[in-house]
Amino acid sequence: MNIHSIKAIYNFEMARTRRTVLQSIVSPVISTSLYFVVFGAAIGSRITSVEGVSYGAFIVPGLMILSLMTQSISNASFGIYFPKFTGTIYELLSAPVSYFEIMLGYVGAAATKSLIVGSIILITAAFFVDLQIMHPFWMVWFLLMTAITFSLFGFIIGIWADNFEKLQLIPLLIVTPLVFLGGSFYSISMLPDLWQKITLLNPVLYLISGFRWSFYGVSDVSVSVSLIMITGFLVGCSAIIWWIFKTGYQIKQ
Amino acid sequence: MNSIISIQNLSKVYDNGYKALNQVSLQIREAEILALLGPNGAGKTTLISTICGIVNPTSGSVLVAGYDIIRDYRKTRSLIGLVPQELHTEAFETVWATVSFSRGLFGLPPNAAYIERVLRDLSLWDKRDTKIMQLSGGMKRRLLIAKALSHEPRVLFLDEPTAGVDVELRKDMWQVVERLRQSGVTIILTTHYIEEAEEIADRIAIINGGEIKLVENKDELMRKLGKKQMTLDLKQPMAKLPEWLSEFSLSLQNDGTQLVYQYDATHSHTGIASLMQLLSDHGVQFKDLATHQSSLEDIFVDLIKEAS
Repeated sequence: MNIHSIKAIYNFEMARTRRTVLQSIVSPVISTSLYFVVFGAAIGSRITSVEGVSYGAFIVPGLMILSLMTQSISNASFGIYFPKFTGTIYELLSAPVSYFEIMLGYVGAAATKSLIVGSIILITAAFFVDLQIMHPFWMVWFLLMTAITFSLFGFIIGIWADNFEKLQLIPLLIVTPLVFLGGSFYSISMLPDLWQKITLLNPVLYLISGFRWSFYGVSDVSVSVSLIMITGFLVGCSAIIWWIFKTGYQIKQ
Repeated sequence: MNSIISIQNLSKVYDNGYKALNQVSLQIREAEILALLGPNGAGKTTLISTICGIVNPTSGSVLVAGYDIIRDYRKTRSLIGLVPQELHTEAFETVWATVSFSRGLFGLPPNAAYIERVLRDLSLWDKRDTKIMQLSGGMKRRLLIAKALSHEPRVLFLDEPTAGVDVELRKDMWQVVERLRQSGVTIILTTHYIEEAEEIADRIAIINGGEIKLVENKDELMRKLGKKQMTLDLKQPMAKLPEWLSEFSLSLQNDGTQLVYQYDATHSHTGIASLMQLLSDHGVQFKDLATHQSSLEDIFVDLIKEAS
């Protein structure tokens, strides 16, 4: 394992974060605070509680997952797409590093960054609502798994994309709707029967449900199913990346 | 002499069916400057990219210091520095940060003293805290060289290093190249500026249509293929070449005012004396006489023409 190389990529990406601190750290915090004001204070005051949890506190896990997913995807996809766009990828390809090490650098940095954002949101949330975390170990575990899995997913998008539109396509058209419809802001028991069944097809539901369980001990679906789902997604992303590296898809002719 | 890079029957066919390299075999000697000369699309960049690991070869093999570029890619790539043709750089990084990044990426621990020396050698030390996007084109080119040298390579590839670089800077660049060679670095440069190859290279490889047409010591090449020609400015123009001159390879130029004689300067009997004798016997008078040795450019153009 080529530690210096991985560190170089990781530090390079983290330096990029520091340069763009407004966009990468401050902006998610502001948008989360806005969610709290709109959903928590304005609308939430009319919904007393969901499954025994005050509405403001109920939406915290969903908001964290929302930010964690979008941040992980955008950080990792931009990270690897940018060298392709500027042409500096020649250096990565001509360096004595394996694809796996390149991926560790980019995914590691993207996951770190979204974990920082997630933690900041959690702290911000604590100012607005009463938080309790019943299963801290599982909370951290879900946080880590989400950050890593969706950074891998972002890495795949960044390699697949050959223009800026494609880079935004999947996050905007697929990921954001899935998160919003996956019970970030409501419990699926609040939906009509048919929609409850349709929502069960949404993989993000399992993630949010499991994560919310680690906070309040309440969940839409069983926790073990949540664990299986996220592990499955991690394995799926890893398999795609393995295939990309094996074939050199979109990287090397 | 030892080969630092040994290329055997290397071929590359791109996915779209384009055959960029066809059975290329080439030995590159340690500490030499080899100029890879060829027109656009000849396969120069593909050849370099393949050796450096950016393009997968279709068949054939390349050894760098005895290591295979695919099986022992970590070893070979750490021996090689690459300066690409296009000015591919970051925009917001500083000079110092990007060169340090390159060193780390190539698996070496930080070494501020070494990076400082590289930046000083390339006259970039004053710019170390400048963002890359604020550098001029020539500075960016030198920055790319600094990045390529950051991991102390034994082989340096320069892909069209002077494209778009002004004359002054080009001279500076050649001084840098010369210094590197003296420190034992093997340098392979591609160019289509023939004067460049003529000025700086030890050996010249001519590539066209994905095939190596010729590899030769520069001086040898100039001598072997270098024809000489003698031009006589005639006092009275000739309408056509007279019969009695048919044994010489002569041609008339400029409406018959110039008589041009092609000859081999290395031959013991150039034929000049007998030509002169013959001309004076027939009373042909001339005002001026000039001889001209064909340059690498003429040789190159001839070779490319022959091939097509």
